[in-house]
Amino acid sequence: MDFLQPATWAEALEAKAAHPDAVPIAGGTDVMVGLNFGHLRPARLLDLTRVADLRDWQVADGAVRLGAAVSYARVISELGDRLPGLAMASRTIGSPQIRNRGTVAGNLATASPAGDAHPALLAAGAGVEVASARGTRRIPIDDFYTGVKRNAMDDDELIAAVHVALPSGPQQYSKIGTRNAMVIAVAAFGLALHPDRRAVGTGIGSAAPTPRRAPAAEEFLAGELDSSGLWESRAELPEATIARFGELVAAAAAPIDDVRGSARYRVHALSVMARRALTWAWADYRNSANQGA
Amino acid sequence: MSTPTRTPTGAPEHLTGPGSGGVGDDAQRPDGVLKVRGEFAYGSDLWMEDMLWGVTLRSPHPYARIRSVDTSAALATPGVSAVLTADDVPGEKVYGLELADQPVLALDVVRYQGEPVALVAADHPETARLAASRIHVDYDVLEPVTDARTALGHPTWNQVHDSTAEVTELSRESAHLHPEGNLVRHLKVRTGDPAPTADVVVVGEYEVGMQDQAFLGPESGLAVPAEDGGVELHVATQWLHVDQKQICSALALPPEQVRLTLAGVGGAFGGREDLSMHVHACLLALRTGRPVKMSYNREESFFGHVHRHPATMRYEHGATRDGELVYVKAAIYFDGGAYASSTPAVVGNGGTMGIGPYVVPNVHVDCYGAYTNNPPCGAMRGFGSVQTAFAYESQMDALAAELGMDPVELRCRNAMEEGSATPTGQVIDSPAPVAELLRRLEAMPLPAASGDGEVDLRDMPGGVSNTTHGEGVRRGVGYAVAYKNVAFSEGYDDHSTARVRLEVVGGEPTATVHTAAAEVGQGLVTVEQQIARTELGVERVVVHPKDTSVGSAGSTSASRQTYVTGGAVKAACEKVREQVLARAERLVGRTVPDLRLAGGSVVSDSEDITVPLADLLGDDVLEATLEWRHRPTEAIDPETGQGFAHVQYAFSAHRAVVDVDTELGLVKVVEMACTQDVGKAINPQAVVGQIQGGTAQGLGLAVMEEILIKDGKVRNPSFTDYLIPTILDMPPMRIEVLEYADPHAPYGLRGVGEAPNISSGPAVLAAIRAATGLPLTRVPVRPEHITGT
Ligand SMILES: Cc1cc2nc3c(=O)[nH]c(=O)nc-3n(C[C@H](O)[C@H](O)[C@H](O)COP(=O)(O)OP(=O)(O)OC[C@H]3O[C@@H](n4cnc5c(N)ncnc54)[C@H](O)[C@@H]3O)c2cc1C
Repeated sequence: MDFLQPATWAEALEAKAAHPDAVPIAGGTDVMVGLNFGHLRPARLLDLTRVADLRDWQVADGAVRLGAAVSYARVISELGDRLPGLAMASRTIGSPQIRNRGTVAGNLATASPAGDAHPALLAAGAGVEVASARGTRRIPIDDFYTGVKRNAMDDDELIAAVHVALPSGPQQYSKIGTRNAMVIAVAAFGLALHPDRRAVGTGIGSAAPTPRRAPAAEEFLAGELDSSGLWESRAELPEATIARFGELVAAAAAPIDDVRGSARYRVHALSVMARRALTWAWADYRNSANQGA
Repeated sequence: MSTPTRTPTGAPEHLTGPGSGGVGDDAQRPDGVLKVRGEFAYGSDLWMEDMLWGVTLRSPHPYARIRSVDTSAALATPGVSAVLTADDVPGEKVYGLELADQPVLALDVVRYQGEPVALVAADHPETARLAASRIHVDYDVLEPVTDARTALGHPTWNQVHDSTAEVTELSRESAHLHPEGNLVRHLKVRTGDPAPTADVVVVGEYEVGMQDQAFLGPESGLAVPAEDGGVELHVATQWLHVDQKQICSALALPPEQVRLTLAGVGGAFGGREDLSMHVHACLLALRTGRPVKMSYNREESFFGHVHRHPATMRYEHGATRDGELVYVKAAIYFDGGAYASSTPAVVGNGGTMGIGPYVVPNVHVDCYGAYTNNPPCGAMRGFGSVQTAFAYESQMDALAAELGMDPVELRCRNAMEEGSATPTGQVIDSPAPVAELLRRLEAMPLPAASGDGEVDLRDMPGGVSNTTHGEGVRRGVGYAVAYKNVAFSEGYDDHSTARVRLEVVGGEPTATVHTAAAEVGQGLVTVEQQIARTELGVERVVVHPKDTSVGSAGSTSASRQTYVTGGAVKAACEKVREQVLARAERLVGRTVPDLRLAGGSVVSDSEDITVPLADLLGDDVLEATLEWRHRPTEAIDPETGQGFAHVQYAFSAHRAVVDVDTELGLVKVVEMACTQDVGKAINPQAVVGQIQGGTAQGLGLAVMEEILIKDGKVRNPSFTDYLIPTILDMPPMRIEVLEYADPHAPYGLRGVGEAPNISSGPAVLAAIRAATGLPLTRVPVRPEHITGT
């Protein structure tokens, strides 16, 4: 096995162009597991940890550009206020060791339906910046996941960064696991309220072949908030609205039975998480008005 | 002698340790600092110049006939030195702890997924794995038998109680996995009225899933061919001599030519009682004439050792209206999997102690162990008592509810005490403070209610996964009490051997303790040092490497080593002490009645004598080796189960406080409290450690730990999906350790390791029931069981 160690982004892209079969390695928390279990036997590894640019993040044009190699630990400690949903999701990931190594880009490239970054990125409406020796393009998060552990990147492409708009409203993230830490999601739910766009974002994890949104739930809630003037009044949400939102989120899922949980449980859990997340997010929204924010 | 050259600073060579603390002190572990620093060499760290790597080809099928095995492509792989199959086993082709029924390498049939079929030795593990994948095995796949009751021809409970037919007859209806049928053992306990009646009757059916020991150090060892035609095996194990016996039989070599040394053991919990890579590595080493290392990876480890028996149980309890137990009937089924392993002894425990630490005049228990095509099950901490405790303690709660009585009150009213008779007719002849354990738990303050003040997600069910801020959360409290035999039972000649040497090294009196007792992480090496310090009055105690150059110490299991090997070390020290004191008397020239050893000298308080050992011994070495036995037990009557089966019982009780998110089915154990009688805490800190660890393992079985099997195949052989408790799952504990001496045991001690593993899970289950109001008759409890989805 060859070990390619580009020192710059340009070198990395050249190496990937020359060896499209090279497997990039960032935190290694997926790749090394694959190697250890013998599931992965790549001819080449492409080590991205020497490319300093990938470890940066900036804010420009109302959005965070999160470099591919920023760890979860840094998302939590440095970006908790700018990327609240993603930071909440990051807090649920693995253990301190995993959060120190693991990256959002690694989670994206793996594209596991259970990856915890996905529901938060879907709810926030992120974009994935991918690059190759041929150039750079932006893949909307909605188009990124193409199948179980498959994504929309070409063989010669690498993830450069993830773009996430700064929040205009509260975000929430909830994940079910069968223990209280260090657990793969049985089902997960991300929610973002976008008062600036008068829109609602959702993301469902571990309950369909790919991470996905719940468009009917988003439209329903955005419609209710609009038609009842709730964005402005910040009045209490009717119980029925909360319940219906939960039902619509659950209805968007297409889960399976597996060792981690039953399909029925996943659907049930999603409806509960969606209701609770909405309740918390709405309470935050109401409070933020009181605090004049 | 050839020794592995990789002995990083911390190889379990002679352990000397910081050196202070006698019996009753919190003596520091001699291996503690090395382990904390990551410098301790475990079995997987063994390494030798020029060694080969051995790997195992395993059956992908739970049940299949082998038509043929073609090893030619594997042998032709560059770097491969040997490929072996059953034909290459020179001695007995089957082995086993109690019954020799398990093939060293598959013969004509494989009976479980993961059964070893062939071995490869190569110069690199990857090469060996590649070659193994090139072995062509032609299987005729058969329909597996995957349910214990079906295997025995007892598909419905009624048949158990109504049918008078012999079980072995019934088992003929199901496929025969072994020539004698599918029954490994049927234990009967019969006492009192065979047809009792009672005012109040509760019936329940219970199920316990298959738990894994989940030790962190996978099966590993290094076999080194010796010049005398024999082999030296360095291996992480639990009982060197029982390994040696089985290896000798498979290799057709005498014990002198099969020499074992304990490698660093990363946890055991029963999972290393059976052979894993032992014979395999020796076969490859003898064939190639080179050292051979075998070390399983995590996935292979799940197939490389036995698990805890899953159980299905039906209990019927009858009581008077004021809560006095009148009778208990129980049918207990243990799924032993493909081979016997220690199933007979597990059935022994399950049956004889299957109704819990209660006094019951009329008892009718049938306990069965069955062969199936599931993974073999055998020893695991708690050994047959863990499963039944879930059932009998659930029954006690159900009965209390039926009677409208407090569950602790009901337990105390029926609790065993010293002088009580067990259902097997044994009168308990040492303290049995069952009621006191419960009352002390009850008296402990309860933790504060959740949701007082700011929500800290880490205190909530689901933790930082942020699933509740208090919504749906209900609290429950549950109690359980349990007992377990200590040491080997039913007439087994249970003994240990200790060699103790006293000499002066560099001017300092030094004792060396040599036993073959496996240190598996529990701290026996510390206990050996403490006993020698106390008995010989010296500070410096060296623990000799554990090997087969001294006699058997018996198994590191059944909570027995501090009792039995501790007893042997104590007795050997006493022998050495006699020699020292006799020598001192010769020096003084008269008999001094109160001579004793203290502070490295022989002293007498009455005569103001102080003779330093350095002066008394000079260059002489005093040594004693002896075998030590506990009181003999006896076999039980095959028809009634009556007899003095167990030498000692350990008692513990737990109170669990849980918060359950009843809408999502997630559980947060808020606090565990434990009371345990240990007779005498030889090392109080180690006792507390055992209680904490045992509690965590019991909690794990109650809420998450299960090997999931479908059609005989394991679905979660990894720590990704076989979950064990993390620090956010295991709560703080309150622990009270009682010390009521057992007059029959050394220092009055009682085995500690297993009891807390038995009472913890049932207490958690009871607390979840209390929080949810659901019957919950199966562990581990999954979220689906609580939400009903
Ligand atoms: C013990 C443990 C616990 C875990 N817990 C969780 C959990 O709770 N939730 C969760 O979602 N995940 C979890 N994971 C999985 C893993 O940590 C995450 O998926 C993580 O985000 C992977 O990031 P990484 O940087 O380590 O990726 P790597 O392992 O380095 O790479 C993962 C994949 O991404 C590719 N890749 C990496 N960087 C790039 C790039 N810049 N461009 C293109 N491709 C790239 C790699 O080729 C590979 O295919 C856990 C893993 C372990 C070992």
